Amino acid sequence: MTAAVFFGCAFIAFGPALALYIFTIATEPLRVIFLIIGKASEGLKTINPDETAPSMRLLAYVSGLGFGIMSGVFAFVNTLSDSLGPGTVGIHGDSPQFFLNSAFMTLVIILLHVFWGIIFFDGCEKKKWSALLVVLLTHLLVSALTFISPHYGINLVSTYLIMVLMGIWAFFVAGGSCRSLKLCLLCQDKDFLLFNQRSR
Amino acid sequence: MLTFMASDSEEEVCDERTSLMSAESPPPRCCEEARQGLEDRESAAQWRSQDSEEDLDEDADRYMCSGVPGQPSGLEEELTLKYGAKHVIMLFVPVTLCMVVVVATIKSVRFYTEKNGQLIYTPFTEDTPSVGQRLLNSVLNTLIMISVIVAMTIFLVVLYKYRCYKFIHGWLIMSSLMLLFLFTYIYLGEVLKTYNVAMDYPTLFLTVWNFGAVGMVCIHWKGPLVLQQAYLIMISALMALVFIKYLPEWSAWVILGAISVYDLVAVLCPKGPLRMLVETAQERNEPIFPALIYSSAMVWTVGMAKLDPSSQGALQLPYDPEMEEDSYDSFGEPSYPEVFEPPLPGYPGDELEEEEERGVKLGLGDFIFYSVLVGKAAATGSGDWNTTLACFVAILIGLCLTLLLLAVFKKALPALPISITFGLIFYFSTDNLVRPFMDTLASHQLYI
Repeated sequence: MTAAVFFGCAFIAFGPALALYIFTIATEPLRVIFLIIGKASEGLKTINPDETAPSMRLLAYVSGLGFGIMSGVFAFVNTLSDSLGPGTVGIHGDSPQFFLNSAFMTLVIILLHVFWGIIFFDGCEKKKWSALLVVLLTHLLVSALTFISPHYGINLVSTYLIMVLMGIWAFFVAGGSCRSLKLCLLCQDKDFLLFNQRSR
Repeated sequence: MLTFMASDSEEEVCDERTSLMSAESPPPRCCEEARQGLEDRESAAQWRSQDSEEDLDEDADRYMCSGVPGQPSGLEEELTLKYGAKHVIMLFVPVTLCMVVVVATIKSVRFYTEKNGQLIYTPFTEDTPSVGQRLLNSVLNTLIMISVIVAMTIFLVVLYKYRCYKFIHGWLIMSSLMLLFLFTYIYLGEVLKTYNVAMDYPTLFLTVWNFGAVGMVCIHWKGPLVLQQAYLIMISALMALVFIKYLPEWSAWVILGAISVYDLVAVLCPKGPLRMLVETAQERNEPIFPALIYSSAMVWTVGMAKLDPSSQGALQLPYDPEMEEDSYDSFGEPSYPEVFEPPLPGYPGDELEEEEERGVKLGLGDFIFYSVLVGKAAATGSGDWNTTLACFVAILIGLCLTLLLLAVFKKALPALPISITFGLIFYFSTDNLVRPFMDTLASHQLYI
């Protein structure tokens, strides 16, 4: 119940989302706006005829991030503002890790929304109804897991596991592959480097 | 609310974006700043008209020029969209900043949420035993406020029509003096009290004097663009805080609704006062006063300026003072509310090789009423952050839609109706439906 708790929980919950926003969206606001008003496909066609697919994936990512941030913010911001004020956590016998748990849950929810968005859009594009069903079911599963709320261990661990699985699935759906991952990590990905050069 | 800025020679129009930005001769806008302490009819009237003007301004007709003539229409449309998207961003930042300042102040400084009397424009109290009586009082308060605003606007139109520029200028200067000095002094005092920081009178005097004097210079004369924008945002925030403090709760919501309806009517109806103001200013080919309008960018190509006088006149900004007053939103050259491209088609030589960046203008009244809505959402009752954020998002969405409509219709549009409607809908639904639900979820750590 101090500034340390406030800032710590705020950065745990919203740090990655903010970083994603700053590094991927804030630098290209025009592109994002164009995507959202739907002109991107036509506009991008005039620039590069092969870029219709990436625009839809970008839209999926952006909308997933948007939904995730809104959901995380609405769930957590009141708790955060209470953490600034005076009080003792768990004085009536509840867990003293209330804020930390909420922060980590918020983080995982935001990331899950991003991955779900990518998978869902791809499922709609390619008419893979099984993907849609799995997204829906895992969402319900994650929400149901939060019902066992004082038992943070099971809750958090299983939700993070689901998040990792969804992340791997979304990575492959978005066109990644083991090879491209390796190239990226070793900074040998020429396309990525060139792309960055061009868009600057 | 600021008043006019001294106009300078037209060559200053060509100043680049980083240089000093001169203001145009002030439009007949009245500034009003009236505190409860200054129960002066005149100052109150000034305040009202300013208010109304600002509202009008804010309703901002947005006028967007569609690219350079002579280019294929597809490209033009793309340019239009590109400018539209750019302008969305250019307006999001100042509107967000103003709202952030207002919400931060409301949440930390108790003074602005304490009930300490009401303005003379809202004489009926809301401390009544029955709900029906309270509703009736708030509607009456709204009627009085709106009629004062309408009266002031019409007064302004009349003044402008009969060319009483000195009167208007004096009025505006008085208003901005009051805003920049008195309200800043009070604000600073309250902030220092909240954080228990001691400041001696000489330091205070120096601070307020510097702040106010630089503000007057920036707004009414010349100054760096960023500084001018910052001052406009600050005075909008100060004005919004005054409204939040002195308007009773239900009256505030009804007034917000009524102001957007009035804005819609005044800007779009053929006999609306704002529209008449615009037309008069257009007839006279006079520049509008930039002090009451927030403008964002501006680079005017020097090449254009050297062209024939009529095109230069267009560059100059035949702004309509009315537009300024009516809270027009338009793209224009620096501090030109309205951007006109009529000379361009007729002059093939005008095709710009260089890219011109136009600024977007949004009237200060729009800033103020957006901030009032978000501030009231932050101030009332439970102090719920979800409600505040929902209203904030609603207003930005409304702003986006209005800019889109502007790009489609290419004529002046009011900026208040869509945003305020969304804001009101989101406020009431979030506060009554979403808040209890999310509170329960958060307290049990359930996530949906």
